[in-house]
Amino acid sequence: MTSLSPQDQAVEIQEHHEESHPDHRMFGLATFLVADAMTFAGFFAAYLTFKAVNPLLPGAVYELELPLPTLNTILLLVSSATFHRAGVNLRRSDMQRCRRWLLLTAILGLAFLVSQMVEYFTLPFGLTDNLYASTFYALTGFHGLHVTLGALMILIVWWQCRTPEGRVTADNHFPLEAAELYWHFVDGIWVVLFVILYLI
Amino acid sequence: MTLTLPQQSKPPSLQPTGWLRYLSFSVDHKVIGLQYLVCGFAFYLIGGALAGAIRTELTSPVSDFMPREVYNQVLTLHGTVMIFLWIVPVVNGAFGNYLIPFYVGARDMAFPRLNAVAFWLIPPAGLLLITSYFITGAAQSGWTAYPPLSLTTPATGQIIWILSVLLLGGSSIFGGINFIATILKLRRPGLKLMQLPMYCWAMLGTSILVVLSTPVLAGTLILLSFDIVAHTGFFNPGMGGNVVVYQHLFWFYSHPAVYIMVLPAFGLVSEILPIHCRKPLFGYTTMVYSIMAIVVLGLVVWAHHMFTSGTPPWMRLFFTIATAFIAVPTGIKFFNWIATLWGGKISLNSAILFSCGFIVNFVLGGITGVALAQVPFDVHVHDTYFVVAHFHYIVYGGSVFVIFASVYHWFPKVTGRMMDENLGRFHFLLTFIGFNLCFAPQHWLGLNGMPRRVAEYDPQFAFVNQISSVGALLMALSTLPFLWNVFASARSGEIAGDNPWRALTPEWLTSSPPPVENWKGEPPLVTHPYGYGIPADQIDLKDASGSDLWSNGR
Repeated sequence: MTSLSPQDQAVEIQEHHEESHPDHRMFGLATFLVADAMTFAGFFAAYLTFKAVNPLLPGAVYELELPLPTLNTILLLVSSATFHRAGVNLRRSDMQRCRRWLLLTAILGLAFLVSQMVEYFTLPFGLTDNLYASTFYALTGFHGLHVTLGALMILIVWWQCRTPEGRVTADNHFPLEAAELYWHFVDGIWVVLFVILYLI
Repeated sequence: MTLTLPQQSKPPSLQPTGWLRYLSFSVDHKVIGLQYLVCGFAFYLIGGALAGAIRTELTSPVSDFMPREVYNQVLTLHGTVMIFLWIVPVVNGAFGNYLIPFYVGARDMAFPRLNAVAFWLIPPAGLLLITSYFITGAAQSGWTAYPPLSLTTPATGQIIWILSVLLLGGSSIFGGINFIATILKLRRPGLKLMQLPMYCWAMLGTSILVVLSTPVLAGTLILLSFDIVAHTGFFNPGMGGNVVVYQHLFWFYSHPAVYIMVLPAFGLVSEILPIHCRKPLFGYTTMVYSIMAIVVLGLVVWAHHMFTSGTPPWMRLFFTIATAFIAVPTGIKFFNWIATLWGGKISLNSAILFSCGFIVNFVLGGITGVALAQVPFDVHVHDTYFVVAHFHYIVYGGSVFVIFASVYHWFPKVTGRMMDENLGRFHFLLTFIGFNLCFAPQHWLGLNGMPRRVAEYDPQFAFVNQISSVGALLMALSTLPFLWNVFASARSGEIAGDNPWRALTPEWLTSSPPPVENWKGEPPLVTHPYGYGIPADQIDLKDASGSDLWSNGR
């Protein structure tokens, strides 16, 4: 299919790899997060429509308590702030502080997941009990999946910046910034979810 | 921030360079584009065989060719294969990957590895979908998978269908992200947005639709799979659920999906017409605004698929008006194409025949589309063959005709050899006659009340159905001269040279086939991609490459 000999092509590929080009990975991630947000938007729209037009069948139980989810909201909001501190310290090349803040963020994220689990096991309804219950578990579960992935990312970044020569440094901060953007996104989704599921 | 990759003493050995690279995880956008095209065409043959089975069944009013459950599986697979494995990957993935980096003056897509991942999600998804027929029985609820039907038909096939569509949706989203980043961020310095070839705008609009609407389908199908596997009741009225919510969420993707299939085709036609009639594209700016208007309006018309689903009057009114509005930007594009052809030196080759066939078919499909947007009419013909006819005029008469036009147009660039024009014209004639013979009578069937998606029908419809089936046979036969043409021309076609069409768009300003780097040396700056027939002193050619082409006259 090509007029070039394999050797020429190999040389060309090599030349290509020596060119430097701008890094658009954050832009790509942001576009992906728009898509991800639309998945949540679909779930929210479904939940709000169910609430508006589908009455709860007689005898069905759907009650939510506020204290635990409020604690969860605080945990996530604080974790966003701690992640920001980690980023600031990375740009100052203060790797030790950066790692400390990252670890704190991961612990807060894991605490959120534990607290979510406690809520799941204390709620008076299960996944298949009624329509609202199913939607509640689907929404919080899908969000919880995001938190789990985010916490894993944080731990990976924390591992990657363990030495000054590690993969994540003040010069190469894409992994940390990507995880940070993702974490803020997951945090923001939670705030919307908290308002829609618990407050409205 | 810039990224400098470490120097390598050896060329990367993971990238094969011979024909094997078409079976590899290649990150070259040209290889990936061809992978999409060939893979999509293989699925087109499978989907076409399924369509042949449907038309064979419908030659007689009774269900005698295959059992009814098999008929349901066949029509479900036909719809899913044709939409998700043929048209969407080919008009977006194949031509988008091949052309967009050229058009923006880049050496590759913004995220080459993501690009390869997006392609390699497709073959497994397709195999999963098609083999489900042989293993457990495929899904039976149509490509829409409406509950409660999708909840009561055999669950295994339905779940495999959902998994497959989720994989394909993921592939589509990754592709969309890549196109947006490439078009917005990878443009050659000095190239302005309003100087881009029209296909870039079409792909930008399409990718915005993909990124905004595909995730909603994914979320919906996840809820549907919960209903099937975990026995929740989101869409199960018996458990207090709501089937109409599924329809809203499904059509929030699947109406834009029509634009995902047809907007890139608009873009491709806008590339082909000016070159073969030696005139500038008429109304570039209005074309751009029309595409963006279609993107915006395309997101707010979905409920016109649901006029018989108990939609309240205000909703019917809103969606009727919004849908009728889409006819405006679409009409602008239609008249722009006519005006581009008007008074041009048209060479009646296969590419332009298929493009003109597209214009004719698409305007017919568009007119029935406006008719279907009117509630009183839609309530009458909903779920009849009228809808089948309308839809096929858009996606086959529209998108598939453009795919063929594009293959004839870009084949010289990809292989370095010309296709046989006589065979191509013969292919066009067979396809055009076969297509219209197949689908035009279906308007009549629908208006007279023949429901779609059933294997048996009232005997009074038998004759018209037989005409339709003859048309389908012609369409099937029309594939043979095309396939022969492709294989024969790739082996021994006339040598094309770098720019056989004397085109100005950047992919023609390099060798055929292009080098791995797309261009030897700097990418050309093409500020007037459609500057045909304009006196050279009237356009600014200061930095434009290929300026000698303008001086060639028309």
